[in-house]
Amino acid sequence: MTAAADPHKGQGDPAPQSAGRSRFWKKFLSNPAAILGGVLVTFFVCVAALAPVLPIIDPTATDWMAVRKPPSAQHLFGTDEIGRDVLSRMIWGAQASLLAGVVSVAIAVLLGVPLGVLAGYRRGWTDAVISRVTEALLAAPFLILAIALAAFLGPSLTNAMIAIGLSAMPVFIRLARAQTMAVLTEDYVESARAIGLGDGALIRRYILPNIFPPILVQSTLTIATAIIAEASLSFLGLGQQPPAPSWGSMLNIAKNFLEQAPWMALYPGIAIFFVVLGFNLLGDGLRDALDPRDH
Amino acid sequence: MLGFLGRRFLIAIPTIILISIFVFGLQKLLPGDPVLAMAGEERDPEVLAYLREKYRLNDPIVVQYFHWIGNALRGDLGISLRTNQPVLELIGQKLPVTIQLAVMALIIAMAIGIPAGVLSAYKKGTWIDWLANTIALSGLSVPNFWLGIMMILLVSVKLGWLPASGYRPLTEDPLQSIKTMLMPAFVLGTAIAGTLMRHTRSAMLGVLKSDYVRTARAKGLAERVVLVKHALRNALVPIVTVTTLLFGELLAGAVLTEQIFTIPGFGKLVVDAVFNRDYAVVQGIVLCTGIAFIALNIFADAAYRILNPRMNEQ
Repeated sequence: MTAAADPHKGQGDPAPQSAGRSRFWKKFLSNPAAILGGVLVTFFVCVAALAPVLPIIDPTATDWMAVRKPPSAQHLFGTDEIGRDVLSRMIWGAQASLLAGVVSVAIAVLLGVPLGVLAGYRRGWTDAVISRVTEALLAAPFLILAIALAAFLGPSLTNAMIAIGLSAMPVFIRLARAQTMAVLTEDYVESARAIGLGDGALIRRYILPNIFPPILVQSTLTIATAIIAEASLSFLGLGQQPPAPSWGSMLNIAKNFLEQAPWMALYPGIAIFFVVLGFNLLGDGLRDALDPRDH
Repeated sequence: MLGFLGRRFLIAIPTIILISIFVFGLQKLLPGDPVLAMAGEERDPEVLAYLREKYRLNDPIVVQYFHWIGNALRGDLGISLRTNQPVLELIGQKLPVTIQLAVMALIIAMAIGIPAGVLSAYKKGTWIDWLANTIALSGLSVPNFWLGIMMILLVSVKLGWLPASGYRPLTEDPLQSIKTMLMPAFVLGTAIAGTLMRHTRSAMLGVLKSDYVRTARAKGLAERVVLVKHALRNALVPIVTVTTLLFGELLAGAVLTEQIFTIPGFGKLVVDAVFNRDYAVVQGIVLCTGIAFIALNIFADAAYRILNPRMNEQ
């Protein structure tokens, strides 16, 4: 547990919190891989956010005179099978990928963490029921579960995000449960209970701040997995629907034109690789910087 | 060991029941009348009435579930709308293809991941360690369906070394079968080689610090013997457990790989079923995968106990 995350130590005394924060930043900034991850993520977030204002061609505009044209000064990444600009579609596709990553992880966290905290805090039957449901959900592999949910909910980016979020939720239930149980053994929780603090206040003031660091690390790493999952679902036709661009659906079409237009497949895949690598590096960096064993 | 297995099976029962409730509940997610969705293009009122009766859709939901699970326990997971075959039979036909792919992929993953992990731990902090970690992380970040597309482009289209499709069963033409499966297995294998490398490295780092490795070195044994006979043998315990669990991930990874390389396996079956709105097949696949995953978990626990007898004493 970090000093910054321990409100008991920090109450009325901001020094330990700020010391913990500065130790975190010092460790994080001394890790080149973590910085690279941060730079990659920031770059893609900026690209996605600025897509509407960037001076680029309309990603859905077709040009029948420029079908499957290789990269040129006019179309830096070439054009696709109906003459759309690959670079524009990639820039707008970044929005779908990042949105899917963040929203599905938000769903997983918002549902998984309260359930995990409840299981770890209440124990007994509540824990038994939540744990068995979690095990059942974990038993079906992530992608198969997401495909099945997307199939029954219907193909769309929103449903893909719900499917990925629900599939990723069990990991957060398990993590939050384990962390809650660990925090409950700490002396400061005992003393807080002794002074008559209620369940709600105990969870809000002591448990949630202390389980936040591992949840943050897991969220960052799960965004990487969720981006690949969204690309996979879109690749299978179960995510973003045409003509709206997404990297996965671009690859789905590109696989039919490998010989004639390899650039259609090359760039979206590179983009997925770098954004996922960015989140993985950032997650690893956060884990190292927040690891209490190194303090 | 038998007592342990018995306990594990007993613990697995509630999980399997919950999976079955979840799988049954999937059809309730269908928008509108589930019979219309199940019937596909069919709109004959008699057929719709037959389906409604067959699936007891006029009954309360609890009765519907018990009817469905009762059939499932007898091996009746329904009939595929597309092929008219029983779902279990269909899965049984496709599964060997995917198992062949998964086994080949696992061999490739182990051939890459374990030596890389051992070397990385042995050379901790050097450029070799850094390189192995970078490659492992890159492997985890590459979408394997894209890697498959790029491999087809390079190995099949440009170089013409291996076929991009044209699966042949192992029993029909073993050599051609392995040849057509080599590229998909490599794509699938590299996807988990990174995970395997990280676990091997972590296990080896722990073992290399242990007293018996220090003793083996003090006895003057050759470094290769220390590394392979003493360190790796002990590190293999967690590696075997992880590998068993990765087999489940391989089954899931096969969904995309089979789609790209047009392999008629379990993964392609699920995707085709999704697009043909063959819901009984999708449900059957999720149920079978869930049960297989639980079985793999029990197998991993058992393997861990066999390899590490101290666990039994505890």
